[in-house]
Amino acid sequence: MSLLRDDHERRICEIRHIRVRSDKNLLRKLNQTKYLWLLFLPCLLYYVVFKYAPMFGIVISFKDYNLFKGIQESAWVGWKYYRMFFENPDFMKLMRNTLLLGVYNLAFGFPAPIVLAVLLNEVKHSFFKRFVQTVSYLPHFISNVVVASMVVMFLSPTGGILHELLKWFGAANANVMMEPEWFRTVYVASEIWQHAGWETIIYLAALTTIDPVLYEAADMDGAGRFRKLWHVTLPGIRPTIIILLILNIGKVLEIGFEKVFLLYNPATYETADIIGTYVYRVGLVQGNYSYATAIDLFMGIISLIFVIAANTISRRVGNTSIW
Amino acid sequence: MRQFSQKISLFQCINALILAIVVVVTVYPFIYMAVISVSGDVYVMRGEVFLWPKGFNLKMYSLVLGDLSILQSYLNTIIYTVFGTGIALVITSAGAYALSRSDMLFNKGFTLMIIFTMFFSGGMIPSFLVVKELGIIDTVWAMVLPGAVSTWNLIIMRTFFANIPKELEESGKMDGLNDLGLFFRIAVPLSKASFATIGLFYAVSLWNNFYFPLLYLRDPELFPLQVLLRNLVLAGQVMSGDVTQIGGDQLIVEESLKYATIMVSTLPILLVYPFLQKYFVKGALIGAVKG
Repeated sequence: MSLLRDDHERRICEIRHIRVRSDKNLLRKLNQTKYLWLLFLPCLLYYVVFKYAPMFGIVISFKDYNLFKGIQESAWVGWKYYRMFFENPDFMKLMRNTLLLGVYNLAFGFPAPIVLAVLLNEVKHSFFKRFVQTVSYLPHFISNVVVASMVVMFLSPTGGILHELLKWFGAANANVMMEPEWFRTVYVASEIWQHAGWETIIYLAALTTIDPVLYEAADMDGAGRFRKLWHVTLPGIRPTIIILLILNIGKVLEIGFEKVFLLYNPATYETADIIGTYVYRVGLVQGNYSYATAIDLFMGIISLIFVIAANTISRRVGNTSIW
Repeated sequence: MRQFSQKISLFQCINALILAIVVVVTVYPFIYMAVISVSGDVYVMRGEVFLWPKGFNLKMYSLVLGDLSILQSYLNTIIYTVFGTGIALVITSAGAYALSRSDMLFNKGFTLMIIFTMFFSGGMIPSFLVVKELGIIDTVWAMVLPGAVSTWNLIIMRTFFANIPKELEESGKMDGLNDLGLFFRIAVPLSKASFATIGLFYAVSLWNNFYFPLLYLRDPELFPLQVLLRNLVLAGQVMSGDVTQIGGDQLIVEESLKYATIMVSTLPILLVYPFLQKYFVKGALIGAVKG
């Protein structure tokens, strides 16, 4: 009996000993890299304060948060605000708008840079190619406010240049920005105008990595331009396409709050009001912090599921994934 | 054979045509705005101005640049951009350097922790409450700190630093430099191009920033250009001071005035863009390869 106990104690001693040694090791390492830590400190503080502290702030969605009481003192209310959101008559509308806008944006906005990159890749004249590239990257650096202003002014029924053009085609006589059925088209078109050119950069880089021998071989086999495109070019940039697709699917629900906020107005809420803008109005404008946070978290979690699902699928099917 | 080469040239022609249309669609809006903003009222109202200014004058620009609230917001934007870029570069580069060193403890863990924030965040309201708790609402800090590190830029910079040859660092260590010395004496001087690239990314996003001022600024004195522009063009507010007074006295084509305001706020970017384009592209590529 006592022998057994001795054995036990000895073991504990050993474990303690090892722990002390590894602690020392850790301390030594820490000491060795103390200046690196010093360099990293501001960055760490940034992430803790501006990224992780808000994540803990999510707790207010389970409380009746009151600015004066603070997070600690506010009373717990459980799932109240989540239930409130699900029972909200606007719930379906908001979900539909967010999802549809994201899906349309993906469906039209995702292929656009691929097409443009392939077209650019076919250009033999290098000066012309560089010129088109330089020009098409430009809108990416223009602010959302300016782009939205341009859209609104160009579509204005009083002298907007696009409005005249649409009228010429017999498409619109009314104020496009005031009509819910136009909102998604306008939004997606402006997104493509703004970002498609810039997004070609990655594809163009991927296109240069395709081995020219493959094209020569395809020529030998008598493949035409489109067969070469289908059998050499597109497979060559497939991994790039898949990775970007995953990233974009993950972002389907994170449609830019800013752009929608700048383009929409009460007349187009029917199709334009998305979760992000609703959260802004309910939370920051009306001051219903807990409710807005609950909505935001709900959306954030669905968004996270989207990313994970997209990544899992692509790992299974295409052997490509971002982690 | 002859037919074959003709086919190619036909394709090339169509392709060039499509790309030319892309160029026109991209550039024309800017030309149109510029042209309208310097044309005479009468021609603009008659809808006669398309490609070349008619009745050239700079009246709108003198109005816009004479407006005190616009000048104030212009100054604010410049302050936020310069100050913000400086802070962002310091924090990002130091952090990126530490993360690029494989001998830093918990290096992997921190990288994961940082990348996680790309996929999940606390959201608008908790972030707002943090900024509020810090007591920096309605200060310059609210424009500068919440965006001080962009995860994307951090990763790009880490890649830059990771590509510095290890031998250089080792020879630095032999000469008795500690990690701070290695960073300031070796890594920074070798990465001027990367500082330029990342600095530009930060500067553009700060110049264009609308989200932070919308959330964190209440005081009109502190509004940057983007907020003012939105209030004027999208929310239909009239300009303060001089512009409205003159507008009351004489005929002003609202459109031209708005276009002039847009041009004034976008001009810095339009002007520097062609010269700096290659840096942007370089940054985007490095981000893509490693991200």
